[in-house]
Amino acid sequence: MSIAPTAPQTDRDTEKSAAWHHRHVIDSADLTRQNVEEVLRTAKTFAEILSRPVKKVPTLRGKVIINLFYENSTRTRTSFELAGKYLSADISNFSVSTSSVAKGESLIDTAETLIAMGVDCMVIRHSSSGICRQLANHFGDRLGIINAGDGYHDHPTQGLLDLYSITQRFPNIEGKKIVIVGDIAHSRVARSNIHFLNLFGADVHVVGPSTLMPTDIGKLGCTVHNHLEEAIAGADVVMCLRLQKERQKSGLIPSLGEYITYYSITRERLKTLCKPDTLIMHPGPMNRGVEIASDLADDRNISLITNQVTSGVAIRMALLYLVLSTPIERGGLA
Amino acid sequence: MKTLLKGGRVINPAEHFDQVADVLIEDGKIAAIGSQAAKASGIDATVELTPDHWVTPGLVDIHVHFRDPGRPDKETTASGAAAAIAGGFTTVCLMPNTDPVIDDLPTLAYVNQEARKTPIHIHAVPAATKELRGEEITEMRSLYSDGAVGFTDDGKCIMNGNVMRLALEYSKMLNVPIMCHAEDYNLAGHGCMNEGYYSTRLGLPGSPNTAESVIVARDIELARQTGGHLHICHISTKEAVELVRKAKAEGVHVTAEVTPHHLTLTDATVESYDPDFKMCPPLRTEEDRQAMIQGLLDGTIDAIASDHAPHTEDEKAFTFDQAPNGVIGLETTVGVLLTHLVHTGIIEPSLLIQRMTVGAAEIVHLSVGSIAVGQPADIAVIDSQREWTVDPTRFKSKSKNTCFKGMKLKGKAVMTFANGQCLMNEVDAKALQPA
Repeated sequence: MSIAPTAPQTDRDTEKSAAWHHRHVIDSADLTRQNVEEVLRTAKTFAEILSRPVKKVPTLRGKVIINLFYENSTRTRTSFELAGKYLSADISNFSVSTSSVAKGESLIDTAETLIAMGVDCMVIRHSSSGICRQLANHFGDRLGIINAGDGYHDHPTQGLLDLYSITQRFPNIEGKKIVIVGDIAHSRVARSNIHFLNLFGADVHVVGPSTLMPTDIGKLGCTVHNHLEEAIAGADVVMCLRLQKERQKSGLIPSLGEYITYYSITRERLKTLCKPDTLIMHPGPMNRGVEIASDLADDRNISLITNQVTSGVAIRMALLYLVLSTPIERGGLA
Repeated sequence: MKTLLKGGRVINPAEHFDQVADVLIEDGKIAAIGSQAAKASGIDATVELTPDHWVTPGLVDIHVHFRDPGRPDKETTASGAAAAIAGGFTTVCLMPNTDPVIDDLPTLAYVNQEARKTPIHIHAVPAATKELRGEEITEMRSLYSDGAVGFTDDGKCIMNGNVMRLALEYSKMLNVPIMCHAEDYNLAGHGCMNEGYYSTRLGLPGSPNTAESVIVARDIELARQTGGHLHICHISTKEAVELVRKAKAEGVHVTAEVTPHHLTLTDATVESYDPDFKMCPPLRTEEDRQAMIQGLLDGTIDAIASDHAPHTEDEKAFTFDQAPNGVIGLETTVGVLLTHLVHTGIIEPSLLIQRMTVGAAEIVHLSVGSIAVGQPADIAVIDSQREWTVDPTRFKSKSKNTCFKGMKLKGKAVMTFANGQCLMNEVDAKALQPA
C-alpha cells in the first residue's frame, strides 16, 4: 500500500492514505501512532524540498490558509507561513491585536467571516486552552483547523516537530530516556511531547520545582522529578523549556538566581550526569543563561535546536497537506 | 373548589409518611389525606394517579439567581418562577448578586413586589455586606423585618474574617443563617475548573479543593465562637463535607446544601471545553462526588439546591477560561436526581424528598415543605417513570445554560400546586386547567 506521497506535486489527485483522516489537528491525543507515522513520512518527503534551490511545489495551489495568532509568536507563525508558501497555498496573516479581542468579536464570528471569504484552513494560536476544540465543535468539517498552541493545553505541531527531530538522530526512540526540564505547569509543549513520545515507547521524565509541576502530571505518562541531577542521569535527550519571567513575579519561584542554580542545563551537568552524545533541545525562544547555557545551545554536535526549526517547517507542510487533502465527507475527529 | 389527587404515592418526609394515599385540596388548603380524602364528596376535579406518581410537598430551592433587578435578558422573577413551577418548586430563595445588589430596603421592596406577582413563594436572601464588597455588614434587622430569610454575599466570598464574624454575630440576633460562598480567592487564583488531573490534561488553570475547605474551616470556627448559624452553600469538596460533619457532631450551628450537578457530574466533563460545564465551585473529582452523596445520606448535607444561575448563550459562547460561571437547574433537578440517585438505588425517595423540601425549608426557617391538613396546598406531583430528554429550547427559563443538555432522564415533575392553585399539569390535561 502506498502511504507516503512520493511525488507531492501530484498528490492532490492521488488516492488518500488510510493512515490519515483528520480535518483538524487540535489535540495531540487525537493522533494515533499510525497517524503520527504518516505525518513523519510526509514531512520527510517535504523536507527534501527545503534543500532545493527552488523551494516551491504546486501541491496546495488554490488552497487558502489563514494564520490567526492571538498571541505573539514570530517563529511558529513564520514557520506556518513559509510551509504554506512552499506548497503554493495562499496564506495570509489575519492581524489580531489585543484591542480587537477587547472589541468583543468572538473567535466564532471571526472564523465565520473568514469562511465566508473562502478560507480552507485556519491556523490558530490563542491564550485560551480549548479554543480550537470549541471552534471545531462549532464548525465541524466546514474548514480545517490546526492548533498552533492553545493556552497551556497543547501544541501538537511542536510536539510532532520535536519527535521528528529526535527520530532523525534516534530512528527508534523506544526506551530512550527523554527528560523535559523546567516550567511543566505552564507548558503546552511538555504536554504535547509527553503524548507523542509515549506513543513511540520513550521513557519520558519531567523535572522542575514542585511549584511549576501540575497536579497529576505523571498520569499523562511520565516520571516526575524535582531534582535535576536525579532526572537527567543517563538521559539520551534533554529538552529545556522556556522559563517565563512572570513566574517569579507571581511567586512560583523565589528568584531567577535560585532557578538557574538548580535547573539550568550546563555543560558541566551534562558531562557528569549524561552520555557523550546526549542531545539538547529547546522549543525557543531561549533565555540563554537561564534554562540553557549558551555554549550548549550553539554546539552543533549535541544541540538539535536549529534542526527543530527546520523540522518545524517540514512538519507544518505535512500537516497542511494532510489536513487540506482530507476529503470533507470523511469527516474529522473533532 | 375541591380537587382530589387520587391513588398517588404520598411522600411527606416531615411526617415520615410514605404510602399510597389520596390528597384532598379545598380552597387552597390541604383538606384531608388518606381515607378521609377518599370519602370526601362534592369533588370538582379528580386527578387519577398511580403509585409511580409521587405526591410530595412543593419542592423548596433555597439557592437561585433570578437576575432581577438588572438582567432581564437572563431571567426575571416571572421567568424564574415559571422555571421553578415547571420543575415542581413552590418555594425559592433569591440570591442578592443582582444589579443593583439586594442590600437595602428599596431594592428588597422591589424584589418583594415582583415576587408577589408570581403564584409561588419567593423569599429574598439579601447581601450580608453592602454591595457585596465584604467590608461592612448590611442593615440586617431592617431587611429581616421586610422579609429577609438569611444573608449572603453568594457569588463572592467574604474574605475578611472579621467581617464574617460580625455578620454571624449580628444575624444571630435574628436567628437567620449567613449563607457562605466558600472560596479563598488567593488559593483559587484564576482557576476556572477543579485543580487535578483534568486541569493538567486540559491546560486550564485549576482551583484546588483547599480554596473551599479553608474558608469552611475558618467559618466553622467563627460560627463556634459566635453561636451564629453558618450555612455552607453549594458544598463541593470531600474535605469541606468532613469539616461540616465534625462541626455538627460538636454542636456548631452549621448546615450545608449541595447542587444536583455536584452530586452527579465530575470534572471529566470539562474535556469538551463546553462553558456550560463551568460553574463556581467547579465540578470536582469522582471521590468528591462520592463524598457529596455520603454527606447527603448521613445528614451532613441538609438540602439540595440548584444554584440556578442563568446566563445568556452569547455570554457563555466565550472560551472556557473567559466564560462566566454558572448553570441553571430548576427544570432538571428532579429528573437528574431521580435518574442518577434514586433509580440507581443510591438514595431512598423519601430521603431525597426530605432534602428537597422540609430539610431545605428548615435552614431558612420557613414553615413550608410539608403536606399537612389545614396548611396551604403546596404540592408537586413527580412521575417517577416519565422518560424525557433535556431540551433547553423548551425551558421556561430565559437561559439555556444547563450542563444536562441532551441527557436522557427518567423522572419529572408533572404537576405543581401552590396555595392549591394548579400551575402546571402534564398528567391529565382534561382533569384540570392550569391557571
